[in-house]
Amino acid sequence: MADEAGQSHLGLHLPLNREGRIAEGDPGRDREPRDLTLSRSAARTDPGSGPGQALPLSAGGEGAQSSNAIAQADEAALLEVKDLVVEFQIAGPFLGIGGGTRVLHAVSGVDLTVRAGECLGLVGESGCGKTTVALSILGLVPATRGAITIDGMEIGSRGSIDRRRLARTVQMVFQDPYASLNPRQTVRRTLVDPLRLHGTTNAGEIEDRMADMLRRVGLTGDHADRYPHEFSGGQRQRIGIARALILRPKLVLCDEPVSALDVSIRAQIINLLLELKESLGLSYIMISHDLGVVEHMSDRVAVMYLGRIVETGDWRAIFERPGHPYTRGLIAAIPDVFAPAGVAADKVRGEIPSPFDPPAGCAFHPRCPIAVDQCRAPPGPELRRLGTAHEVSCWRAS
Amino acid sequence: MTLLAVEDLRIDLTAGGISHAAVDSVSFEIARGETFGLVGESGCGKTITALAVMGLLPQPLAIGGGKVRFDGRAIESLDADEMRRLRGKRLAMIFQEPMTALNPLLPVGRQIAEMFILHEGASWRDAERRAVEMLARVRVSAPERRARDYPHQLSGGMRQRVMIAIALACSPDLLIADEPTTALDVTVQSEMVDLMRDLCVANGTAILMISHDLGLVGSMCRTVGVMYAGRLVEVRSSADVFKSAAHPYTRGLVASLPRLGSRAAIGQQRLQEISGVVPSIADFPPGCRFHPRCDRLTDVCRTVAPGVTALAGNGRVRCHHHG
Repeated sequence: MADEAGQSHLGLHLPLNREGRIAEGDPGRDREPRDLTLSRSAARTDPGSGPGQALPLSAGGEGAQSSNAIAQADEAALLEVKDLVVEFQIAGPFLGIGGGTRVLHAVSGVDLTVRAGECLGLVGESGCGKTTVALSILGLVPATRGAITIDGMEIGSRGSIDRRRLARTVQMVFQDPYASLNPRQTVRRTLVDPLRLHGTTNAGEIEDRMADMLRRVGLTGDHADRYPHEFSGGQRQRIGIARALILRPKLVLCDEPVSALDVSIRAQIINLLLELKESLGLSYIMISHDLGVVEHMSDRVAVMYLGRIVETGDWRAIFERPGHPYTRGLIAAIPDVFAPAGVAADKVRGEIPSPFDPPAGCAFHPRCPIAVDQCRAPPGPELRRLGTAHEVSCWRAS
Repeated sequence: MTLLAVEDLRIDLTAGGISHAAVDSVSFEIARGETFGLVGESGCGKTITALAVMGLLPQPLAIGGGKVRFDGRAIESLDADEMRRLRGKRLAMIFQEPMTALNPLLPVGRQIAEMFILHEGASWRDAERRAVEMLARVRVSAPERRARDYPHQLSGGMRQRVMIAIALACSPDLLIADEPTTALDVTVQSEMVDLMRDLCVANGTAILMISHDLGLVGSMCRTVGVMYAGRLVEVRSSADVFKSAAHPYTRGLVASLPRLGSRAAIGQQRLQEISGVVPSIADFPPGCRFHPRCDRLTDVCRTVAPGVTALAGNGRVRCHHHG
């Protein structure tokens, strides 16, 4: 059964919409990757994953010019993404006739590091490539170029992936708890199947681990034999979290985990995610457009624009001293009754350009309030050090 | 001067012979040129309140009591023809998803031009010219060319601009905007909000904005009404909502969302939660409808629906233990 389900992911067909973006909310995208799973020995002990500890970013020594240098020097990284490039070949306008294929540049050279016990916030507008990065880390989208290493395991561009081991290392919490749970499976099956597939055969142990996980996410054993439709949105998201954590992964990718929930429920789920991070020593990548949530949860933040990271750093650096005009624009765009008067000047106009044909030079220049001639001509700016634990790719940032 | 007065409005949902009050005892007023926001979660009745104002309540919903007065006239007393003349001309609405609200088979310029033909008797030639002007006013670049585009050729933000152009074409007295930016990115949302506000101020158009996002409504509107389970639980000025919310639900909403800058000020604290879940229309609790989730619950809350208490600064609240 696992193999059969696995096939559908290996021959992954990503639904792309008119702009060539991965269609949001498509069930094909939100399907559970439970097929990526198999046996894992008992509870892991990970001395490096002390709860909530934020390690300093500046491991690269003085003058580290790129995050590459930092990543290389960092032995404790749980996840390392180096120069990730993901391109999609998109057929011509009508049934592939007339126009040939075009190349969609979804991710264009991204470096990321996540340390054990850390939460990395990944922000940007829709179409900036943040979800594609997540899917690459899960091995669901093949990288065109670059290297991804999770917990010592290579997820190369074309190499074979040990999907079972990967599933025990990295899992995902999806945006829409209505679309990401199988409506025909009880909570019990959703939680127990992965354990069985991964080699836990002792019925008592399976039952214990399921009950333990339900309790951790704030549900009870009574809930185990119900179907998803019997739960509210917040409870379904709790089940989605339990499903992601049942194999005790080290890294959890959270893709907009609260944006589909009622406003009064969001705080419950945010608190739950932070508690679980502490008690289970998890690392998160928090993908969200809600900067309030990202600031609250993240140790470090990476801001993406058109497939590139334009600014990265410690959460304080990003939110208190944003260097890139795009980051400042995102912050200025948040509605706030008490926003200081000067904020309006940072607002960003227009919309994200097509990833088929990114602008020359700095990709942000057509929308940038402070662009000069240098920004419009190649080469575009690279990430450079702006302060301790803070990098920005902008000619004009200082 | 009062433009829209909603007085003790009740909207009934009838299913299987049983009536439920989906909206109950809702009263608010909007003056000419004023901005008023209705905030609440899904199912709280904010959208159907707006549809009742437009005279567009779908079956099986119907007004079960109270009055909606627009410019002094009760809209129930208007016949279908009169109502149709009012809608689009003096009352306009923008919907959440512009793709489903626009006609996919007509160029957008023509859809704007229709407004001038239907409501002002303009000629096609004249109407098309004014449609291009409207596109320019909603800050669409190359409006002559864009007017010939079909909705699918436009980005989400551009479509919402077209919706705003249609809604404001005839300089309406009241614009109802139902989650106008929910489907958009934050940067585009911020532009849309600025655009709507600028155009409405220039025209003297009042705005009734509906959203689940308290921050958005607070920054856009002068007055905010908070709805919970079909009732308006608090009406306050935007600044007061954030500084001194009186209803426990409003306080919970304000406190439960991480606001930018709060972590630097108070650290990574546990967010204040509102326990429980949003009740469905079929089983709204008796007494105060918020009582099962409330942290100030006493016996009276379980049985007696709280009345309206006036607060300083033109505010009002429905709670036995407000403040």
